[in-house]
Amino acid sequence: MLVLVEQSLNGLQFGLLLFLLAAGLTLVFGIMDFVNLAHGSLYMMGAYFAATFVAWTGSFVLGILLALGATLLLGILLEFIALRHLYGRDHLDQVLATFGLILFFNDAVRLIWGPAGLSLPLPAWLTVPVQIVPGVFYPAYRLSIIVVALAVAALLYVVVMRTRIGMLIRAGASNREMIGALGINIKLLFTLVFGLGAALAGLAGLMQAPILTVQIGMGENILILAFVIIVIGGIGSIRGAFLAAIFVGMIDTLGRAFLPDLLRTVLSSAAASTAAPALSSMLIYLLMAIVLVVRPEGLFPAAKR
Amino acid sequence: MKKAFWLAGATILALAQPALAGDTIKIGFVSTFSGPTAVIGNDMRNSFELALDHLGRKMGGKPVEVIYEDDGQKPDVGKQKTEKLIQSDKVDFIVGYIWSNVLLASLKTAVDSKTFLISANAGPSQLAGELCSPYVFSTSWQNDQTPQAVGTYMNQKGVKSVFLIGPNYAAGKDMLAGVKSTFKGQVVGEEYTVWPSQLDFSAELTKAKNSKAESIFVFYPGAAGVQFLNQYAQAGLKGQIPLYTAFTIDELSLPLQKENAIGVPGAQQWVNDLPNPENKKFVEDYRKKYTGLRPTFYGAQSYDAANLINSAVIAVKGDTSKKDEMKAEMEKANFKSVRGPFKYGNNHIPIQNFYLQDVVKDADGQLSLKTVATIVKDDQDRFHDKCPMKK
Repeated sequence: MLVLVEQSLNGLQFGLLLFLLAAGLTLVFGIMDFVNLAHGSLYMMGAYFAATFVAWTGSFVLGILLALGATLLLGILLEFIALRHLYGRDHLDQVLATFGLILFFNDAVRLIWGPAGLSLPLPAWLTVPVQIVPGVFYPAYRLSIIVVALAVAALLYVVVMRTRIGMLIRAGASNREMIGALGINIKLLFTLVFGLGAALAGLAGLMQAPILTVQIGMGENILILAFVIIVIGGIGSIRGAFLAAIFVGMIDTLGRAFLPDLLRTVLSSAAASTAAPALSSMLIYLLMAIVLVVRPEGLFPAAKR
Repeated sequence: MKKAFWLAGATILALAQPALAGDTIKIGFVSTFSGPTAVIGNDMRNSFELALDHLGRKMGGKPVEVIYEDDGQKPDVGKQKTEKLIQSDKVDFIVGYIWSNVLLASLKTAVDSKTFLISANAGPSQLAGELCSPYVFSTSWQNDQTPQAVGTYMNQKGVKSVFLIGPNYAAGKDMLAGVKSTFKGQVVGEEYTVWPSQLDFSAELTKAKNSKAESIFVFYPGAAGVQFLNQYAQAGLKGQIPLYTAFTIDELSLPLQKENAIGVPGAQQWVNDLPNPENKKFVEDYRKKYTGLRPTFYGAQSYDAANLINSAVIAVKGDTSKKDEMKAEMEKANFKSVRGPFKYGNNHIPIQNFYLQDVVKDADGQLSLKTVATIVKDDQDRFHDKCPMKK
């Protein structure tokens, strides 16, 4: 039972991290109708910035705040220089251009930081395990990821649903031409949204960095999961991204945790331990396929256009 | 008259061209030069280049040409590159291969064309057993050998139970099977993770912790080893459940693992401080040529591969068409290996010592690997009986 609690926390933590990445993606995709494959590169840049700034300043919190600002700035710059010229274009053009950006960022990182990767060490107060219920110890850092991601989710909800800028964003998602016609500066709005998406990706990257290594191409595998999440959740829907991310995180982690033992009851031990990892990584895509068949618009679609 | 003379000269030159091309020793080198594990491929290339420098960039009096190809850590790409090197570049030797699954995919092409293949790292059990070939040599080990040595060491330490974690591919399975074959205690759990995409091991660490095992054994090469050690430390398992490793801590991962690696033992057939003159020269010159970098066992094996090829080419005085003679020479392992002298088994896998390595702070204040003890002497892999080649 206690194991289940701990594994669920693992799943929740992974899911919330995926949410941060997917939220930015779904904002940009849903509101600006822009396919951004380079979202994973921004995730990588967030991690590289954090590793660099933490080493420079010697302070974990300060370094992370600087990195967050830097990714936001990078996102805005990127939108201003390159991406805003692609809005009117076909999705295929956008895919091609942002794929080029992935290559650009990978090589830029190789030039600046070298091919070997960096590490982002945690301060001592985050490396100790915390007792959450009697008998269950959980890594403090993973716990802090859960807290930060939940706070960001709440903040996003408030901003999008309760503020004027959020209203404009939602209006932009429903009918872009109309809010342009009403005299809203849509260009500025899009730049802001893209910057916000970049900062969210950067946040996901820098929070993942102490658990994983900071390395070239780190955003590419995880971006696939983020796309799966926005498809399951419904494109453009933050609420959908949130719930789908938690689903995906749970399914992935619990699948890995319990599937091998489940399979061992029917298969030989060797066959089960080989089949289980393959099967558990398939579960997510299975879920996506089912969702696409049953509800092609996603589980929690944003308001209709 | 003058024109005719020039024409004749040009014709002779043109005719002579193919013969000139045959006067170089052509070596194909397949490794990973892109993606997160490119640092391993770079270390192998650096070491191979250093070996060529030491050989005066000549073998048996002929200049050496090396063609490097990137497998991207993908079996299908590795196979393609192997085919390209053999069929269009017509190389005399093909070297490299970090990954067992890439090697297994590429093996048939090399063997069918009777091109000598020197594995400078991967050592799948099949290669040592039923798929052994007269044209394939290893300057590394069979995958099971290193973890077998770790298992033996755990017996010496009196460890009673272990939880095994490794990646779900050819080498991962060999590694865990290797520990199981020598470890005398109880194996309470065994987990395989998706390779190479899974980088979060929280579910596996939770299971290991709750299994009440006395120790954990892992095999995670490259960046995955950094991630595993990070997460193991963050879960508070360090000091609680001791960790034993194979191919998880090396000179490439150590600068990122830092303190997390201290006190985590591993086994290896080569360590940078092995006291033989060839090794001293290799390590010193490597650090001189590539400032800021240190060679790894991957590099040491690549350095040996160059010298193994050199011994064969010298034996036939540069005539690489004499394949039987080259094979006979390589079987003698007649070169100065940086790991110290070793012999080849019937399956062309080294019979060699395995050392216990530990992480210490060296004279420069940097973390480095150090030989602590010899775990096993003259160890031969456990698949050589399945190899149809007999001595």
